[in-house]
Amino acid sequence: MFACLHGTGNLTALAMEFSPIVEATGPDTVTFDVSGLDRIFGLPQDVAAAIARRAREVGVKANLALAGNPDAAICAARGFRGVSLIPQGDEGKFLAPLPLGLLSPAPQLLETLERWGIRRFHEMAALPPLGIAERLGPEGLRLRELARGEGDRKMLPIAEALHFEDEIELDYPVELLEPLAFLLARLINGLATRLATRALATDELRLRLKLETGGAHERCLRLPVPSLDTRAFLKLLQLDLEANPPAAPIVHLWMGVNPVKPQAAQSGLFVPAAPEPVKLELTLARIRAFVGEGRVGTPELLDTHRPDAFRMQKGTAASGKPQCKNASVPFMALRIFRPRRAARVALASGQPSFVMADGVRGKVLDLAGPWRTSGDWWTLDAWQRDEWDIALSDGALYRIYCEPAGWFVEGSYD
Amino acid sequence: MGAAVLLKQFESMLGEPFDWQSRPEPERAPSGIAEIDSAIGGLPRGCLTEIVGPASSGRTSLLLGLLAAATARQEACALVDAEDAFSPHSAAEAGVQLGRLLWVRCGHSAEHALKAADLLIQGGGFGLVVMDLGDTPPATARRISLASWFRLRRAVEHTPAMLVSLARQSNARTCASLVIECGRKAATWSGARSVSRLLRSIEVRAQSTHRRKQCSPVFTARAI
Repeated sequence: MFACLHGTGNLTALAMEFSPIVEATGPDTVTFDVSGLDRIFGLPQDVAAAIARRAREVGVKANLALAGNPDAAICAARGFRGVSLIPQGDEGKFLAPLPLGLLSPAPQLLETLERWGIRRFHEMAALPPLGIAERLGPEGLRLRELARGEGDRKMLPIAEALHFEDEIELDYPVELLEPLAFLLARLINGLATRLATRALATDELRLRLKLETGGAHERCLRLPVPSLDTRAFLKLLQLDLEANPPAAPIVHLWMGVNPVKPQAAQSGLFVPAAPEPVKLELTLARIRAFVGEGRVGTPELLDTHRPDAFRMQKGTAASGKPQCKNASVPFMALRIFRPRRAARVALASGQPSFVMADGVRGKVLDLAGPWRTSGDWWTLDAWQRDEWDIALSDGALYRIYCEPAGWFVEGSYD
Repeated sequence: MGAAVLLKQFESMLGEPFDWQSRPEPERAPSGIAEIDSAIGGLPRGCLTEIVGPASSGRTSLLLGLLAAATARQEACALVDAEDAFSPHSAAEAGVQLGRLLWVRCGHSAEHALKAADLLIQGGGFGLVVMDLGDTPPATARRISLASWFRLRRAVEHTPAMLVSLARQSNARTCASLVIECGRKAATWSGARSVSRLLRSIEVRAQSTHRRKQCSPVFTARAI
């Protein structure tokens, strides 16, 4: 059984209240499958009455028709005012007085039919199929079928907007993270199952906790690649909540995930193995828990001449693009002292002769410098320094520098 | 039938005595420094390698060479930096592809470094994991128990990863499959003093034992 609404108002929303299979047939027409509603409402006329009642409640002004196939329901809704109920098998008889213009045939075809004196459904339905096929082709046959109320096509339902959200209202506030983990697991597993049934995965997990004090605690986890690994999600959430605990007991949990297509990639036979993205994310979260936020990642050099200017990227270690740098010649490395070590430097003829700092002490045996550098003088964060490379009597090579704040040891060559 | 009899029968079938005890030689990966590769044949995979030496002995230059070679092979690398001493600029100059390097800054904690290295090895997928204890005081590094080193060795065993520890002295003892001891042979300066003097390079002697033979290749790490 199919129903059709033709009129004004939010027809789609009304149809969605009664059926998940709704077709937007036209700007003022929706058709929907009402099979099975008889179990709830009873006879077809009761189903029609329920729909009409609800339409009045929500302010929808539309003709309603119920028929055994969607096309007959559409024709009836467009052709008759109010509620029409077409008995199964009587579609042709019911639709007989309607004008052929309702079927929106091609203008040339309509003109031909007019010249033949065919203006109503029953006149079209009475024509022999063989003659129509010879004179009007398949389009004519389709019109005859619709006029007889024998249309049998599949509906094109509106794709339902996918919302992957879930929530739990708690009877008692939860204070500890351990019992909270069980609730989180329930939410995650439910959402992951719903995603899996639609062959989807997620790359973002949002958690909103309503607190007993009335406030809210929101967390958002982003994954480098879409995944459905519920254990990894749970562990990541646990680690995140341990690092950022809610300020008060929790009374309500809401979780939402971003549905995306799962990543399908096959690595090459000769491509070196890289860490599995979700597993790596979990490992990094575990490391971050004890070394601190912002201390794990990929270093990225900044576009500046300021010494030791870099930032930590959160990206994984397998995302680098190949570079064509000649790495065959060893390069002398500099080990940086962080934080920088303030030094006391004795000068002789304007050049360092003795250096003393935390863990560094000795007579300067050889040196090169000063190398004067400066930058960012056009900003408030200007810098300038004089650098020396020195060989100390303790056997090591250092880079020291002098700036307005004093002398410092930047690091050792190694 | 005794095991000895079975062994004799088996050896007679093979036609030669069979060495049941020795383990297969691990696969070796190039270190990125030709002199070291020709002397010791690269670094063993699935093993713990120690690079030791005092400050300015060239051990970090050797390490950057390793990282550059590994990243050039498109391998993911991890550097666990106990004393936060890594210089990304130096590494980039040495040819390390920073995009393939995961840097863990442990903020002066050898214990955190050990834990992070363990997690990274257990996670898998890395071609090279480096634990840099180069500036950690020797007394602190020595406090790392042999059991911890053994655990790391076991974790990296049967994986394609190379685990490298950089320190002032050897700490892992028997757990390390290879120990490379670096020492600075000479520093090369150019130009007249106070005019245009430059620190050009350092010559590094890397002593090691390969196939029960002492070898000490020398390589030059250039500054410019």
